[in-house]
Amino acid sequence: MARAVTTQHKTIATAAAWIVALLIFFPILYTIITSFKSEQEAIQGFALIPSGTTESYAEVQAQSGYFKFFLNSVILSVGSTILALLIAVPAAWSMAFSPTKRTKDILMWMLSTKMMPAVAVLFPIYLIFRDTGLLDSRIGLTVMLMLINLPIVVWMLYTYFREIPGEILEAARMDGASLWNEIIYVLTPMAVPGIASTMLLNIILAWNEAFWTIRLTTTNAAPLTAFISSFSSPQGLFWAKLSAASTLAIAPILIMGWFSQKQLVRGLTFGAVK
Amino acid sequence: MKLRTLTLGLLSASALAFAAHAESITIATVNNGDMVRMQKLTDDFTKANPDIQLNWVTLEENVLRERVTTDIATKGGQYDVMTIGTYEVPIWAKQSWLLPLDKLGDDYDVKDIIPAIAGGLSVDGKLYAAPFYGESSFVMYRKDLMEKAGLKMPDAPTWDFIKQAADKMTDRANGVNGVCLRGKAGWGENMAFLTAMSNSFGARWFDENWKPQFDQPEWKNTLQFYVDLMKADGPEGASSNGFNENLALFQQGKCGMWIDATVAASFVSDPKASQVADKVGYALAPDNGLGKRGNWLWAWSLAIPAGTQKADAAEKFVSWATSKHYAELVASKEGWANVPPGTRSSLYANPEYQKAAPFAKMTLDSINAADPTHPTVKPVPYVGVQFVAIPEFQGLGTTVGQLFSAALAGQSSVDDALKQAQDAATATMTEGGYIK
Repeated sequence: MARAVTTQHKTIATAAAWIVALLIFFPILYTIITSFKSEQEAIQGFALIPSGTTESYAEVQAQSGYFKFFLNSVILSVGSTILALLIAVPAAWSMAFSPTKRTKDILMWMLSTKMMPAVAVLFPIYLIFRDTGLLDSRIGLTVMLMLINLPIVVWMLYTYFREIPGEILEAARMDGASLWNEIIYVLTPMAVPGIASTMLLNIILAWNEAFWTIRLTTTNAAPLTAFISSFSSPQGLFWAKLSAASTLAIAPILIMGWFSQKQLVRGLTFGAVK
Repeated sequence: MKLRTLTLGLLSASALAFAAHAESITIATVNNGDMVRMQKLTDDFTKANPDIQLNWVTLEENVLRERVTTDIATKGGQYDVMTIGTYEVPIWAKQSWLLPLDKLGDDYDVKDIIPAIAGGLSVDGKLYAAPFYGESSFVMYRKDLMEKAGLKMPDAPTWDFIKQAADKMTDRANGVNGVCLRGKAGWGENMAFLTAMSNSFGARWFDENWKPQFDQPEWKNTLQFYVDLMKADGPEGASSNGFNENLALFQQGKCGMWIDATVAASFVSDPKASQVADKVGYALAPDNGLGKRGNWLWAWSLAIPAGTQKADAAEKFVSWATSKHYAELVASKEGWANVPPGTRSSLYANPEYQKAAPFAKMTLDSINAADPTHPTVKPVPYVGVQFVAIPEFQGLGTTVGQLFSAALAGQSSVDDALKQAQDAATATMTEGGYIK
């Protein structure tokens, strides 16, 4: 009897998980479906089977070249992630293994920078970028994306590092390992899942960041968020074209997420269950 | 060997000189059909001006507005040409944020610009933006449903007629709503429609001393009429419908009438997109016999920010994009029906255009029926038909729009909405120093 209940529970849980997953994924799925419709089909109402036309993709490509925006997205998201890790790994390391009584406060302060709405600092940042000639430059935006994601990166890494027993590091020190060797040979291999998932999540966040990437760029550094934005129209129904642009913009990150989902889930749940 | 080196050197030097000479200008624009078409046709400009390169930044309307405002207010210098509307031009020109357009060329023919449009884009007699396309609003209606209802739409209907026709055309069992109007909150959404409508009811936003007028009977009549009309004959969930939502409803045959931008005529009459393409008739926006109609006036225009380093190249481009020559270029490539409407009188005198665009006369009449400098029955201290050209209006208009949208959705009464609007407007105007 107990066994039967467990199986039933399992089935219900699985079904529920599938339903929730489908609900969450449905808007993306419907965007992909709509991108293969004609404009007229797109506004006609709810339909799951598209006619399969690729005209919207052709028009989107003709209207504004996809590749330039794609390249900028890759450079900005990967660049800002690497930069963030270079700063966050030592920061999280020191806070996890040599905490002081102010460590918690520092962590909290870092997080508090995320609590302010971005638009509140739009003008100061814009002026700084203008005066330093960084408007519409990849370097400026890479630094900007690094800065806004840095608190999350530090927090995530800190949580992972805390899970690593300090005794192992002590043992390494007893064996005469230098600080550098300690980080490279002892800490890093143990923290790889955590660093990898932090990296993946940060790339996703940077890829999808749509406030600064639209406001601090014009043409040279504009990534895919600006590409999508250019297809949104207040006068005229271009839903199929907008869907095609959105699909093209999210496809790379969706595929990357798909391939690395095991790593991502393992990293995200790391330390969650004790 | 020496000769070869010398030649190579000279060649590279001249290439460098050319590269240094070639100027690139950045143009910020919206993703509307006419603008996208212009981007495709720019070869014509760059062939005539090989030393000017064009970079395009296309953005959604609200994002564009925010981007160009940030840039112009901080003198960021990111754009050399900006697409802005009749709301921004008078405000920005007064702030000296825009350059006056006085070098548009000898054959540009400034006088050909429709006076109502030119008036909205000028300050102290100087033109600060060149109109790329202009629009008013009018009634689009289903001729077949009107006939079925036993009525005939006059060229210049009254609001009472609209109500009567809407009541008769409404057939909820078959999914037909007598009238579709904007309800989505926003200064450029429901408030564009309601402000224009209120003009025909004799209402105004402010009196001559900037005192808000929502406590006056004219506004009560406007809002009560609108809410009653929409409750009886409007579509379900109308409080979240904007231009695009109503366009979709009309194209699917779910609206008997739709009062909105004249630019919609080319969409609803397009057989590729509209199921009712051959059944659409047009009429002027309604009135109440007070001398003002409920139609607005808007022109997407090209302006040059004062911070640009490339004013000459930018003005050359503005001149090209808004010229008679450009209209002919579009006509030769894509037909007369696709020429940007509402900017030049000569276009409406052109028999070929009249033939290709059956809504041409009604569009021109609608534009001419709007006067941005005298928009209301009673005198007002501001410019603008469906907006008030002061910087505070974006925020205030949206706040009032939310209150009126809530009244339409039945979340508050008409009286409450008006009282709150009066309070909000009084607070804003006091804070802005307009009233004490």
